[in-house]
Amino acid sequence: MNFSVVTSQFASLVLQGVALGLIYSLIALGYTMVYGVLRLINFANSEVFMVGTFTVLFIQVTVLGHAVTREPMHGWPLILALALSLIAAMGVCALLAMLVEVVAYRRLRAKGANRLASLISAIGVSIFLSESWRIFTDSRPHAGPRLLEKWSFGEFHGANFRIDTMMAIFASLIIYMVLLRFVNGSRLGKAIRAVSMSEENSLLMGINLNRVVTLTFAIGGLTTGAAAFFYITIYENTVFNVGFNLGIAAFTAAILGGIGNLRGAFFGGLALGLTEQFASAIIGSQWKAVTVFIVLVFVLLIKPSGIFGEAVQQTRT
Amino acid sequence: MRLEIKDLSVHYGKIEAIKGISIVVNQGEIVTLIGANGAGKTTTLKTISGLRKVSRGAILFDGQDISKVPAYERVDLGISQAPEGRGIFPGMSVLENLEMGKFNRKDRRSEMKEDLNRVYDLFPRLKERSGQAGGTLSGGEQQMLAIGRALMARPKVLLLDEPSMGLAPMMIANIFQIITTINTELGTTILLVEQNAQQALQRAHRAYVLETGKIVKEAKASDLLNDPEVRAAYLGTGAGTGH
Amino acid sequence: MINIRDKGAEIWENWNRPTRVIFVLSTITIIALLPFAAAWGPTSFLDTPITSFKNVLVYPVGMFVLMALGLNIVVGKSGLLDLGYVAFFAIGAYSQAILSTSFGWSTWEALPVGIGLAMVSGVLLGLPALRLRGDYLAIITLGFGEIVRIVILNSRKVTGGPDGIAGIKNPPAIFGLEFDLFHPEHFFWLVGVMVLLVIWMVRRFTVRRPGRAWEAIRQDEDVASLMGVNTLVYKLWSFVIGAAVGGAGGVLYASKVMVISPDMFKFEVSVLILACVVFGGIGNIWGVVLGASLLAYIPDRIRFISDARQVIFGLVLIIMMNLRPDGLLPRKKREKISEKRKK
Repeated sequence: MNFSVVTSQFASLVLQGVALGLIYSLIALGYTMVYGVLRLINFANSEVFMVGTFTVLFIQVTVLGHAVTREPMHGWPLILALALSLIAAMGVCALLAMLVEVVAYRRLRAKGANRLASLISAIGVSIFLSESWRIFTDSRPHAGPRLLEKWSFGEFHGANFRIDTMMAIFASLIIYMVLLRFVNGSRLGKAIRAVSMSEENSLLMGINLNRVVTLTFAIGGLTTGAAAFFYITIYENTVFNVGFNLGIAAFTAAILGGIGNLRGAFFGGLALGLTEQFASAIIGSQWKAVTVFIVLVFVLLIKPSGIFGEAVQQTRT
Repeated sequence: MRLEIKDLSVHYGKIEAIKGISIVVNQGEIVTLIGANGAGKTTTLKTISGLRKVSRGAILFDGQDISKVPAYERVDLGISQAPEGRGIFPGMSVLENLEMGKFNRKDRRSEMKEDLNRVYDLFPRLKERSGQAGGTLSGGEQQMLAIGRALMARPKVLLLDEPSMGLAPMMIANIFQIITTINTELGTTILLVEQNAQQALQRAHRAYVLETGKIVKEAKASDLLNDPEVRAAYLGTGAGTGH
Repeated sequence: MINIRDKGAEIWENWNRPTRVIFVLSTITIIALLPFAAAWGPTSFLDTPITSFKNVLVYPVGMFVLMALGLNIVVGKSGLLDLGYVAFFAIGAYSQAILSTSFGWSTWEALPVGIGLAMVSGVLLGLPALRLRGDYLAIITLGFGEIVRIVILNSRKVTGGPDGIAGIKNPPAIFGLEFDLFHPEHFFWLVGVMVLLVIWMVRRFTVRRPGRAWEAIRQDEDVASLMGVNTLVYKLWSFVIGAAVGGAGGVLYASKVMVISPDMFKFEVSVLILACVVFGGIGNIWGVVLGASLLAYIPDRIRFISDARQVIFGLVLIIMMNLRPDGLLPRKKREKISEKRKK
């Protein structure tokens, strides 16, 4: 136990916790969107994230030809390269998530099958993806190139406001705001909310259920893809099973905040990122998962449906 | 507009819930389907709006068999349902709920306004509460919202599933009054499913009696109101609110 | 879709007692002879490349059948989604490993301790977790499974950390049957006896009060509690009994493989056991036995395509669930209806 770090590194821990937490939030949004509509854990979302990280590498190394050892880029080329890899990751993840829905969920949904069957078929997709990638990449971790020179805006009580961290924080905030606006304000967003409250009544409104479900998976894929991009930008490496730990953390975050609830996923991610950072600093990083788990149990015992509650819990139990 | 159900059967697993019923609803009519709990009234409505699969028979809408048309497209054809137990979206405001009613109609803003005003004229209470979450309304208000929402799509035929369920007597009278108004003033054809046979038969032009999945009687509503068997089975001793 | 389970039950009903006894005894005999199947011409196709068939029958096949039966009490009977079942397996295995290497206890002495510890941890986890519903329970149990592994990994002094524990003793002989490297079939029979015990136990429970309480809870927890079922207690019971079976499996496993390490108790194992249950037919003992046998056996049978076998495993899960969402041998129809999603 080392409590002195809390005071000496407070600002730094907060900053890193927020950055990591927002990456969790983006993945958690992927879980929460799907859960809100289908009441199912999209087990394959962690592999969607993994594929996203490799997409970023593929764009940066293979398409743009930026070798891992090369000097960082500058100016317009840099902005274009970053934008391209972000868009590619989001796009590929959205497509993959839509594919996951078709392969793992659609038929079972049409049959009215039990929830566990969907869970197992999603686990099947997850195993298939991560194992294919294991063979594909020969189990080796892959380093990402440094496109972005990691200059700092400055320091504040030991917290280093590095460009990549700040970019991840601001961009995640923007993505969250846009998503919130979309779900609450737009016509399709309303359809998503309607389906999450009642499938039958949504059909009576003339909502095409399959299309809404596909859209939900696509949005989950978009945010997860964005998370993959920021993850690579900050941590600069990935491996075939990178999705496992991040997926569990993000799912925990979604539950912590109240699953099915966008606000819950967002703040749940933040809370989790901060908890992890402080727990690692105080009692050692090998125990952070244990701390997170204990926090989760306590939160759920006090508030059984998460900090912000399930968005639509009353309508369906 | 003419809705014709021909020899319709519906199954739940191996159980036949609807056993070959035929119903006709003509333009401008209020037709009511009365029967006890579990007779298959709600199943019939759900099948017409596409929530249940047809196992045999046909649903003809203006002569076209729509039994294979997906539920969400039937709304566009002109069939709207106010579901049993009100079935509003509790987390959405009253206004949002109403907007959901015409989800697929890409009308101009002015038309949306027109539809909204029409509903607000019928249900002034909804206008007062337009910003409030649907889930916080009283039972009667939720029923109004469910009916108002179904009207937003400008349906040719409106399916009402037990609008009086769980409401206070005053509110029941109010709702049935509005049903008549919708029929006479907006000219909307209505298929009304009710357990409250007394009220339903007073309001409707024609009626069908459904028992364990079969139509056992079909007549002018006023005739059924005086039918001794119907009186005994569904109207008690003729008490005002049925049972 | 034909329901083989109902057909089978029908045939069984029509048999008289001697026929049933003969059937059961011959089935047991055939299964007991399985270890020799690879050496016998007509059934030699069963042989597994790389790992010997006899050993594959003990682990993974026998062990997975045992544990899938244990998890089935939790998931199948009372409808609780447990994604961290491997934790109980690990607790059993480490109890045996530590008691054997540090205190010289034999497997038979360690067995009750392993089972007891697994049950105690089941209570510790269950008391808070079982108050939560559905998917929350899933994440909590998942977390618990990971935590047990992390604690083992980081308690180097007791558990050897990432290196694990070596030198665990095989079980002492019973009735002259030696349990060692050269007699995997003896281990197989031992596991078989435990499987029979678990099946017997589950069947006893199912027809009695706990079975009915679990069934009620699975169908509708609120109604069950309105009927006066103390849902927490019965859920806890199913959880703890499931844990006991997992613990017993762990003890046996450790004394068979003699060396254990934390990476044998990863999340994947929980998933695999759950897949066995769902794949075979949630809630139906025979389905679970069949599902576990197949899912444990197939990866070893196709080991010649070494790397791709997990990929194929994933595909099998997807395809099978899409074709038969209720598993290979679904439980009786009557019990199934209410499990469909209510919307």
